Amino acid sequence: MMGQPAVAESQLKLPLARALERDVPDIEYINDYLVENERTELLKFLTCGSVDDGKSTLIGRLLYDSNKVYEDHLNALIRDSRRLGHNSDDLEFALLADGLKAEQEQGITIDVAYRYFATSSRKYIIADCPGHSQYTKNMATGASNCELAVILIDAQNGVLDQTRRHSLIVSLLGISQVVVAINKMDLVDYNERIYERIREEYLDFSKDLGFAQTSFVPVAAKFGENVVHHSTNMDWYAGDTIIELLEQAPVRADQRFDQFCMTVQRVHHPSEDFRGYSGTITKGVLRPGDRVVVLPSGHETHVERIVTMDGDLETSFAPQAVTVMVSDKLSINRGDTLVSPSYTPRVSDVFLANVVWMAEKPLVAKKTYLFKMGARQVTGQVSEFVHRLNVNTQAHESCEQLDANEIGLARIQLQRPVVFEDYVDDRTMGSFIVIDRISNETVGAGMICDHAATETGAA
Amino acid sequence: MSAAYKLTHLEQLEAESIYIMREVVAERENPVLMYSIGKDSSVLLHLAKKAFYPGKLPFPLLHVDTTWKFRDMIAFRDRLATKGEFNLIVYTNEEGRDSDVNPFDYDADTYTQIMKTDALKTALDKYEFDAAFGGARRDEEKSRAKERVFSLRDKYHQWDPSNQRPELWNIYNSNIRKDEEIRVFPLSNWTELDVWQYIYQQGIDIVPLYFAKERPVVRRRGTWILVDDERMRLEPDESPEMRMVRFRTLGCYPLSGAIESNASTLPEIIHEMLVADTSERQGRLIDHDTAASMETKKQEGYF
Repeated sequence: MMGQPAVAESQLKLPLARALERDVPDIEYINDYLVENERTELLKFLTCGSVDDGKSTLIGRLLYDSNKVYEDHLNALIRDSRRLGHNSDDLEFALLADGLKAEQEQGITIDVAYRYFATSSRKYIIADCPGHSQYTKNMATGASNCELAVILIDAQNGVLDQTRRHSLIVSLLGISQVVVAINKMDLVDYNERIYERIREEYLDFSKDLGFAQTSFVPVAAKFGENVVHHSTNMDWYAGDTIIELLEQAPVRADQRFDQFCMTVQRVHHPSEDFRGYSGTITKGVLRPGDRVVVLPSGHETHVERIVTMDGDLETSFAPQAVTVMVSDKLSINRGDTLVSPSYTPRVSDVFLANVVWMAEKPLVAKKTYLFKMGARQVTGQVSEFVHRLNVNTQAHESCEQLDANEIGLARIQLQRPVVFEDYVDDRTMGSFIVIDRISNETVGAGMICDHAATETGAA
Repeated sequence: MSAAYKLTHLEQLEAESIYIMREVVAERENPVLMYSIGKDSSVLLHLAKKAFYPGKLPFPLLHVDTTWKFRDMIAFRDRLATKGEFNLIVYTNEEGRDSDVNPFDYDADTYTQIMKTDALKTALDKYEFDAAFGGARRDEEKSRAKERVFSLRDKYHQWDPSNQRPELWNIYNSNIRKDEEIRVFPLSNWTELDVWQYIYQQGIDIVPLYFAKERPVVRRRGTWILVDDERMRLEPDESPEMRMVRFRTLGCYPLSGAIESNASTLPEIIHEMLVADTSERQGRLIDHDTAASMETKKQEGYF
């Protein structure tokens, strides 16, 4: 039964490595491991690039070289590789990532896929995003929950329109850490000058995208060079491998604890004597006795109890899911926001937002859509377009509508006021999706940037 | 000071799952929890209790009973149901039962289609459920890795993998037409290790078949099949032998493979899992029948 460890021992935490040395499981070591395992930080990152840049190959390599490929998956890989005409020495690592039949047959990634792996120091969720322009919606989907982006560039092609588009979406969705993997170095004779040229070109075009950290790695994903293991063919590169950069990347730590915020997801009234407000705390700390303001009504009340199945809490904080009971009989509904008195997000029925359009039918002004923000669904429309963003030049262009995969700054007019913040300040309070009322499809995604109103004078 | 206000990895997963379940109950009129009696279902049920405490569960549990489940599973289910914490609906494809559709005379695909997939679809229609929670995780299988947390099913309960709704941040779109439904997977981001660790930490009750014990088994298609009742048909060269085995996944007993193991406690199971070289679904015979078989089943309306 006991086969090869699924994770290389060097990558295991010490207590577990010791536990696994024994034939009989050592409960104490397992418990030590589980305690450590629970504290392990999680980094969510996305991978994106143009078609054939080798994203899926890179991910296959990350999983394979960190030994997270199970034997039966590996057997399936060998079988699938043969089916597609590869021999078993030349595994098609992309097949580890491309899950849908159509993807394997066409050799492209169609839909965003989520992968899970762990090293000794971190847990990772990879959002593998497709590169086709018509699949930009999936890229935005993948990017929305990530903290870092790995952008692939084919060394033979250099920076393409797709690279620019992906980088811009990554930037718009608030990701500030970028790792640029310049792949297929094997096909350009591991030439340092080519790597340097692409690096400079990328730095030049991305200088206004607001990335706090941009790292570059020359990679040959097919052979695993500089993915997990250092390459011996590129001695001129003394920097980190992809996995080393992922291990070092700072995990989001910009939480504020002096301001409380929770949107009511559901009024919980299971019996006559119990009325509570269920929701997930998105900001700060809450204790019984705290004063809270209900937005948008502005009514004030006190917190009586913070209820969970594990007992009432004396202190609760983001991102806990709780049920709050308050001291006054107020009208509080799903979608209302409870905040500490010192926290004053905007309350308005008009704001500016960057909208990524995802549907074939264009976004037009004055047409009514549903806007879902947090737990609120409000009808509204675009009252006017401020500009469309040229994804290649980042230039602002005038426009009358947004077509699929276009991005633009628009003024949104809702039929009732909502509570919000700028996306750059608070992803939860500054994001929304647009839903078509007839098809029910999710047709757009928005990032509020109301400060642009004052900056551009568009107000 | 902020270091004290930090959730562990499992606490974060728990909070995320509770958020998802509350969102469905707030937005849909008639949700149901697809309860398979397996460990993931047990975790799902535990999370649901947390999400709606101190109330009763605001939705029923639906168990599609193929009549070929392990006896231990049915006993576990019925014991749980007597506690009165939830309403349990048990649904069986009566036409299939009357016609004696069984996993011996029918190939695994056909059997599963009739007794499981068709039965589920009929039950969803009969009770007019508009949202159904499932315990699937994205780390289980390649096509699942591409499925959304809120996954739309058309009026035939089919999944269209090439036309999924974009899903951004944690803003979920549960808007549907009357004849459609949403499948919701609150455990999407959990891994198998997370599930076991959570069961251990929270003391969640699971079916005893997950723990190693001497059981009567036969070797079949590279795995151990439990002779669970007198209906088991033995091949001429097969004779049951007692082996220390346990199950990593549970389903219909003639189709669920056991592994040889001495792990009879949760830490031992976790230990074994960490050194295992075989991923979880391998014990399920139904997944091997055709390439990309799970994707095909899902498109047809399977979990």
